[in-house]
Amino acid sequence: MKLRRSMLFLPGANAAMLSTAFVYKADSIMFDLEDAVSLREKDAARLLVYHALQNPAYADIETVVRINPLNTPFGLLDLEAAVRAGVDIVRLPKTDTPDDVRELETQVERIERECGREVGSTKLMAAIESASGVINALAIATASKRMVGIALAGFDYVMDMQTERGDGTELFYARCAVLHAARMAGIDAFDVVYSDVNNEEGFLKEVDLIRRLGFNGKSLINPRQIELLHNAYAPTEEDVDYAQRVIAAAEKAEREGLGVIALNGKMIDAPIVNHARRVLQKAEASGVRQ
Amino acid sequence: MNAILNQTLLAEPALKGLEVFQNFAQHTPYLKDAQQKLTRKIVPSLEEAVRRAGLKDGMTISFHHAFREGDKTINNVVQLLADMGFRNLTLASSSLLSCNAPLIEHIRNGVVTRIYTSGMRGKLAEAISNGLMENPVHIHSHGGRVHLIQSGELKIDVAFLGVSACDEFGNANGVSGKSRCGSLGYAKVDAQFADKVILLTEEFVSFPNTPASISQDQVDYIVKVEQVGDPSKISVGAARVTSNPRELMIARYAADVIEHSGYFKNGFSLQTGSGASSTAATRFLEHRMRKADIKAAFALGGITGGIVDLHRKGLIEKLIDTQSFDADAADSLRESPNHIEVSTNEYANPSSKGTYCDRVDVVILSALEIDLDFNVNVITGSDGVMRGASGGHSDVAAAANLSIVVAPLIRSRIPTVVKHVTTVVTPGECVGVLVTDHGIAVNPNRPDVAERLKAAGLPVMTIQELYARSVSISGEPAPIEFLDRIVGVIRYRDGSVIDVVRQVKP
Amino acid sequence: MKIVKEALAGTLESSDLLVKVAPVTEERLEIVIESEVMRQFGAQIRKVVEETLAKLGVSAGQIVVEDKGALDCAIRARIQAAVLRGADQQQIEWSKLS
Repeated sequence: MKLRRSMLFLPGANAAMLSTAFVYKADSIMFDLEDAVSLREKDAARLLVYHALQNPAYADIETVVRINPLNTPFGLLDLEAAVRAGVDIVRLPKTDTPDDVRELETQVERIERECGREVGSTKLMAAIESASGVINALAIATASKRMVGIALAGFDYVMDMQTERGDGTELFYARCAVLHAARMAGIDAFDVVYSDVNNEEGFLKEVDLIRRLGFNGKSLINPRQIELLHNAYAPTEEDVDYAQRVIAAAEKAEREGLGVIALNGKMIDAPIVNHARRVLQKAEASGVRQ
Repeated sequence: MNAILNQTLLAEPALKGLEVFQNFAQHTPYLKDAQQKLTRKIVPSLEEAVRRAGLKDGMTISFHHAFREGDKTINNVVQLLADMGFRNLTLASSSLLSCNAPLIEHIRNGVVTRIYTSGMRGKLAEAISNGLMENPVHIHSHGGRVHLIQSGELKIDVAFLGVSACDEFGNANGVSGKSRCGSLGYAKVDAQFADKVILLTEEFVSFPNTPASISQDQVDYIVKVEQVGDPSKISVGAARVTSNPRELMIARYAADVIEHSGYFKNGFSLQTGSGASSTAATRFLEHRMRKADIKAAFALGGITGGIVDLHRKGLIEKLIDTQSFDADAADSLRESPNHIEVSTNEYANPSSKGTYCDRVDVVILSALEIDLDFNVNVITGSDGVMRGASGGHSDVAAAANLSIVVAPLIRSRIPTVVKHVTTVVTPGECVGVLVTDHGIAVNPNRPDVAERLKAAGLPVMTIQELYARSVSISGEPAPIEFLDRIVGVIRYRDGSVIDVVRQVKP
Repeated sequence: MKIVKEALAGTLESSDLLVKVAPVTEERLEIVIESEVMRQFGAQIRKVVEETLAKLGVSAGQIVVEDKGALDCAIRARIQAAVLRGADQQQIEWSKLS
């Protein structure tokens, strides 16, 4: 059960950020070759990311590369670079249909075979950025066994919906749809970036909303947001106490060979035990909420 | 009457040599002149003041550096002395910064031939590192400077002290007038020990100007000048506020270390240096202090806006200020009765009768390099060129209960943790904890602290592990090549020599 | 790989480097390296530059490196980007890049 609350975006053309970002304790680090890279720097950024991925400093961190769409002149080259360099996850932008994922999977498998990488070791994520993507969310989320998550990307989506970013009302349906698709598929769901990096209050308000909706986490554009996000996702002390008691009861039942777990006279079922495990995992990662 | 008394004085062996009274103004003639009485110290020009002070070739002149990069006094005075034809002077400024590059010319021309300073930056530092001076520069700590003065090695003949305002008698402080630098902690020492004190003031304020940081009984001459310094440039350079996420991350770790150091108790005391991360650490302390319901008794040192903020919120009872690092600190010094100005003698002189630094629990310090024995270099950069200042580093590290050094593990490609520092300024035995963006190392001589930090879940590793991580990222640095010639002498706070700096190989 | 035109890659920002490549008339390699970290890492930088060029099969051209304290991985990437641009290569042979 890999914890994915924070996915830190790094512009693929920025050598300084690529040379330091491994110090931040993001759950995943995403090298962006798409929107953050200008057309004339696509080739150079691809090479920077290719070599940064092989830097031992990133060995202990889950790495993600956002490639350009496969229907651009850059997409396939980006994919070659990412898979060959050993990236953990490829993130496909502008995913409208499950066929987009299947096409990506075919190419990934080919590259894995060509470079001698274990077939299936490259995981996939899809970003949903259109009405079509939202409607097809479940089909996208289940299009490949390699899928580990789907992410909502707000900027293109609101344009497609003929609206604009506001208080979140404009994303209400899309957030719910993406989240439900992810849960049905058993994969992670990520919320949009919050671009006003100096507005801590606004960021935390949005984090609170998406946490309560059920998102696993959020894409981040500034390392300063990591700690804020992790703290907001950290369980309270009471949550941890309860979770510890649930796990203790479950272990006791296991030891005694009981089929039914009970705590304070109430029956506890598997989802509660699983939830308790997730609570303790988050507490282990960043303590209790401050 | 006097004639008879004079006879008596001459006749009586026990009274021989005593002077007979003439009139009330025999030795204070200015008291007979209503105007003279008020303005006798005010001299129309600096040139005239220099003449009256009796400055001669080969003498020692001194300055304070409270305006840091905004200083307008040092360069102007030395230029004037050069124009007046002085030579072979010893320059004893409490420190020198990038803005002092014009001194290069005066060193080249033999006006200044010896320097005592806490540090150097910019072109001046580069020129000296490349062999500009015949005599090596003496680098001292803030406390060590007072020790050198008291021990007689550094005898100040004329002190030129720039102040924003003073009254006609020379009562001066850094909180009145226009260009307010705040604390005059460095200048107070010069005013006390110099043979002659010339005040350069931007304006005169009404008498008595209190509180008097520099008191009327210490001042010989007063000259009005256009500008002594630009306080807006005090926080340029070393003292700055950061939004850099990596520096903030280090700052948060530093606050965590303080919280779990064992010294985080009600009534504790702290000092944070002027580096970006140490300044930022204060902002992470507030929440921790509130949560644990802890208030600090005092904060010492260079005082920053962040520390002032905690003081205003009632979390730090008293501020003991030897250098105000920004306008917030200068304003607070003026307004808060619990914000107190102290000289560097009271701050950190090891031979003083009592220093505040001896009472500090935890201090956050910066480093250019730190080695596997925890020795710290804050003077020479990775190219062997001097580019920093000793400041209060070795003083407070020696005296505080726990010294925490904060630094990024790697700056661009330049490693901070090295096998051997280029120059030792603070001995490793005084350094308790190193905080980097890659993890925290505790000096093996502090197993108690290591235990507590580990128990708190902080990323504690050995300094050898940090070094190995650094090498795996940026590679093993080749040793810097030096010539034999010594360009700098690092004086430890007690006056002993802890290291020398050699000329860099061209 | 043959450098057929002038090309640039990289920036002069801290932790990056700017690489200029240009064709030369004679069949020889001319490498000029300037670096902010020359005293500590000059030899290592030269080694990485030469290795990267050799792998690409570049045996002629002028290569000018202005380094601002970049890590080896960035040096490799910038050299490769400049050479591929200067050689007018669209196809990438990945085995020559790793």
